[in-house]
Amino acid sequence: MGSHVAGGVKNRVEHWREFLATDFITILWLTLRVSGTSVLLSSLVGIPLGAWLGLSCGRRVLLLRLLVQTGMALPPVVVGLVLYILLSRSGPLAWLGWLFTPRAMVVAQFILALPFVIGITQSAVAAMPGELRWQLRSLGATQWQIRRTVLWEARQGVLLAVAAAFGRSLSEVGAVLMVGGNIQGHTRVLTTAVVLETGKGQFGVALALGGTLLCLALLVNALIVRLDGSPPRYE
Amino acid sequence: MNEAPQFELRRVRKQYGGTVAVDVEHLRIEAGETLCLLGPTGAGKSVLLRLLAAVERPTAGEVRFEGRDYLGDRLRRETRHRITLVFQRPVLLSGSVSRNVAYGLRLRACPACPRAEVARILEHLGIGHLVGQAARNLSGGQAQLVALARALVLEPDVLLLDEPTAHLDPAHVALVERLLREAASSRPITLVWATHNLFQARRVGQRVGLLLNGRLIEVAPADAFFHEPAEPRTRDFVEGRMIY
Repeated sequence: MGSHVAGGVKNRVEHWREFLATDFITILWLTLRVSGTSVLLSSLVGIPLGAWLGLSCGRRVLLLRLLVQTGMALPPVVVGLVLYILLSRSGPLAWLGWLFTPRAMVVAQFILALPFVIGITQSAVAAMPGELRWQLRSLGATQWQIRRTVLWEARQGVLLAVAAAFGRSLSEVGAVLMVGGNIQGHTRVLTTAVVLETGKGQFGVALALGGTLLCLALLVNALIVRLDGSPPRYE
Repeated sequence: MNEAPQFELRRVRKQYGGTVAVDVEHLRIEAGETLCLLGPTGAGKSVLLRLLAAVERPTAGEVRFEGRDYLGDRLRRETRHRITLVFQRPVLLSGSVSRNVAYGLRLRACPACPRAEVARILEHLGIGHLVGQAARNLSGGQAQLVALARALVLEPDVLLLDEPTAHLDPAHVALVERLLREAASSRPITLVWATHNLFQARRVGQRVGLLLNGRLIEVAPADAFFHEPAEPRTRDFVEGRMIY
């Protein structure tokens, strides 16, 4: 009995050691690369779009806002499924050859993060006092200069949008599992590794990976808070 | 010589939904004059100033600047740079007072060193010590002085003022009035000054107008306006009786 327990502990330690030596760094690096790229892309597209939506009005804009807010509730597995169908061998985008590659994972995370960036940026910009735009205009600012200044003044909300997008990307599992395939050393990221390790009964490794995810989120948010400094207050 | 007035409004109406905020049949403002706009709260003074500053467009009618309609096409940048509006509730940008005051100069790609200009105008307004302070930490009165500095530093041909001394102590009210009088005497500058304060209108206005429910009831030289008003509602307002 005693030797059985000792053997179990030995096996677990061996698994830990092997995991740390071979997979961990690759998984961590791929997680950062995929999430970082998707957040960067969704910010590049989403911040200008969110600013435009926040500064515009009219029925079409209301419809677009509704679509964006609905997009925030997009189920990741649905995104994964649609992307899978599009990228699979019989799909219209099969020629790209992206299925089960990090690129497909970036696309999935981009689709999921984009509504967050647009929606939160839009809210932050729309929350700026309406008189700010009038005042900038009366000082001689062009439409472009007004947009740039309002976006800068709303930077607290914009940074929050980027943080939310990073959180969404980092914690996403359904879509990346479907289009990435969780291939060891190729498309395995922290979330899919947690699923795999849990399935294998390696709860210690799974918990450690979960802790790593939390630490990453904490680090990124600390960086954002630092960048944010002391944001403007409007009373 | 340009004989067209600085501003001319013809049948100008501004509506928000079903509410008419301004409905002015005709108003002529000459270059270099100081026109005070009086009226109770909600009379449409601020909206009228925003229409003159072209930050809002009228629902109907014509606003002409030096004889040119700027409803038809977009106001050219050079024209826009000649007009500045100081708002009743100034919204200052984040960052320092200096950044706020230099904002308009930077937009104009001012070749002169903005820092020197900013320091000079802040000193003039007696708030030179605020130059490096965070704008968001200012009191209401200080913020209003900074907003005024932000406008004055641009040396505009037309200065539109919406209750610019509403949050100031009497000493600063006197200072601002003196500075604006000096600015107007040193070079031709058109001042359109909205105020609730009858005494202020009497002190600074060459002509005074009364707005009521968006309509211009009377515009007359200051003396005539206060001593021989043509309209009974003007008399009621001047004598401090509530009018609607």
